[in-house]
Amino acid sequence: MPIRTVMKANEAAAWAAKLAKPKVIAAFPITPSTLVPEKISEFVADGELDAEFIKVESEHSAISACVGASAAGVRTFTATASQGLALMHEILFIAAGMRLPIVIAVGNRALSAPINIWNDWQDTISERDTGWLQFYAENNQEALDLILIAFKVAEDERVLLPAMVGFDAFILTHTVEPVEIPDQEVVDEFLGEYEPKHAYLDPARPITQGALGFPAHYMEARYTVWEANENAKKVIDEVFAEFEKKFGRKYQKVEEYRTEDAEVIFVTMGSLAGTVKEYVDHLREQGLKVGVAKLTVYRPFPTEEVRELAKKAKVLALLEKNVTFSVGGALFQDFSRALVNLDERPKIVDFILGLGGRDVTFKDLDEALAIAQRALNGEEFDEVNWIGLRKEIL
Amino acid sequence: MIEIRFHGRGGQGAVTAANILAAAAFKEGKYVQAFPFFGVERRGAPVTAFTRIDDKPIRIKTQIYEPDIVVVLDPSLLDTVDVTAGLKDGGIVIVNTEKSKEEVLEKLKKKPGKLALVDATGIALEILGLPITNTSILGAVAKATGLVKLDSVKEAIKETFSGALGEKNAKAAEEAFNKTVVYEL
Repeated sequence: MPIRTVMKANEAAAWAAKLAKPKVIAAFPITPSTLVPEKISEFVADGELDAEFIKVESEHSAISACVGASAAGVRTFTATASQGLALMHEILFIAAGMRLPIVIAVGNRALSAPINIWNDWQDTISERDTGWLQFYAENNQEALDLILIAFKVAEDERVLLPAMVGFDAFILTHTVEPVEIPDQEVVDEFLGEYEPKHAYLDPARPITQGALGFPAHYMEARYTVWEANENAKKVIDEVFAEFEKKFGRKYQKVEEYRTEDAEVIFVTMGSLAGTVKEYVDHLREQGLKVGVAKLTVYRPFPTEEVRELAKKAKVLALLEKNVTFSVGGALFQDFSRALVNLDERPKIVDFILGLGGRDVTFKDLDEALAIAQRALNGEEFDEVNWIGLRKEIL
Repeated sequence: MIEIRFHGRGGQGAVTAANILAAAAFKEGKYVQAFPFFGVERRGAPVTAFTRIDDKPIRIKTQIYEPDIVVVLDPSLLDTVDVTAGLKDGGIVIVNTEKSKEEVLEKLKKKPGKLALVDATGIALEILGLPITNTSILGAVAKATGLVKLDSVKEAIKETFSGALGEKNAKAAEEAFNKTVVYEL
């Protein structure tokens, strides 16, 4: 029987790792993710998880050790956030290029300066071009589930890419919520043993990994990462369907809530989706035609689903906790690209909010809604809007 | 949905109290959420933690600005923190103190609908030998609010602290439950 209990997202992530039975975990502590490796090291020390836990001196070494272990042919896992993920940056490209299905749990946190340990998505968003798959969790249950799903997708032969699962710093990492821990046997059935066919160490069949790619081959290697990202779209749908069958919880790349007949659809990711669902209920009571769509999968970018979503609304209001300077948020860029060549498309209004742990309240959402309604009414509006700014201290 | 705010000082276990209350309510079939104010905790510094309890899944992820219930783990905070800030009309305030109802009310900026007082520090010192009031105060929360049964609180405490430590902390909660005085205002 699955166990229903209460726990933090960090604990849920550690449980997911335990259930996935990685052979190697290498990690370096960083706020707000430290509890993940702490809990995993307990599982290992108590003999509940048969794995090598490698203590390293930096995140660069943590991911490097994961690359080495994954290239040797075993399932690997690590956790980090913010500066830690940034320090992994160059190795992230290597993991994707070498097609190593490593999974990282990321407690989404702002980047310095100024130093800030709180939530936004700049850390993972800044790694969107590394080739890694990216999932974002709305709550602690999703953090657990998406890590299992990430392993399954990453290890699929049509994909073979590393994956990161983001869950918001403190808002999820340190918040206690009900979580169902699935049965080990069912997880074993779902994930199976990891059997590498492309990257492993076998003295009887020596291979070179991570070799030099001359101009004659480099571009093709990059193209296969592109192709694998495209393949991942279908594989993710299949894995979501299988997950629902086995565990009873439904996931979609783009999850819609009350979007039927909506004029304005908010689009967001992570824990903010929960707050916006409540906000949408509140607005619907007042008779406003609004809905919300949550991107559970950000890479590969769910272009087809976004195009379907666009047909339903007159205005897409993007609520995002990241900045791409002089452009807006990354979602604005992605949505613009997805819709630019369509003959008919909704207006897109971009909102940057909740950076560095700034709480996003209904009052902030009211501010965003007012601007989205200007777009809806054909009035002038700013494409990029910073919400909740304390203008008095600027 | 019921929203509870805990005020304590770093080291007194306000965050653990919020988590245990959530675990206790979860045992009774409620949906719960508990979280600290996302600060940088230091021993002795004022700390805030929150619990939400509802009959349906809790989706909202904002902080709590208008609590139904305020729990004060350290009496000295009444002099430095506006503990009733945002408290709903008719809300409940639970204070660890040796002082009288009148003395406490004088320090509150907003008059609650119900005030519950208990010397949780005295109980903690007597039973645990330490001035850590988080488990005692939960006995007072059970008594004053009826949100959770004392038994659920004790069970959740024993799951948080194993062995003899759990037993002692559960006893502290029970003692506080019995000694808490509730005033309807």
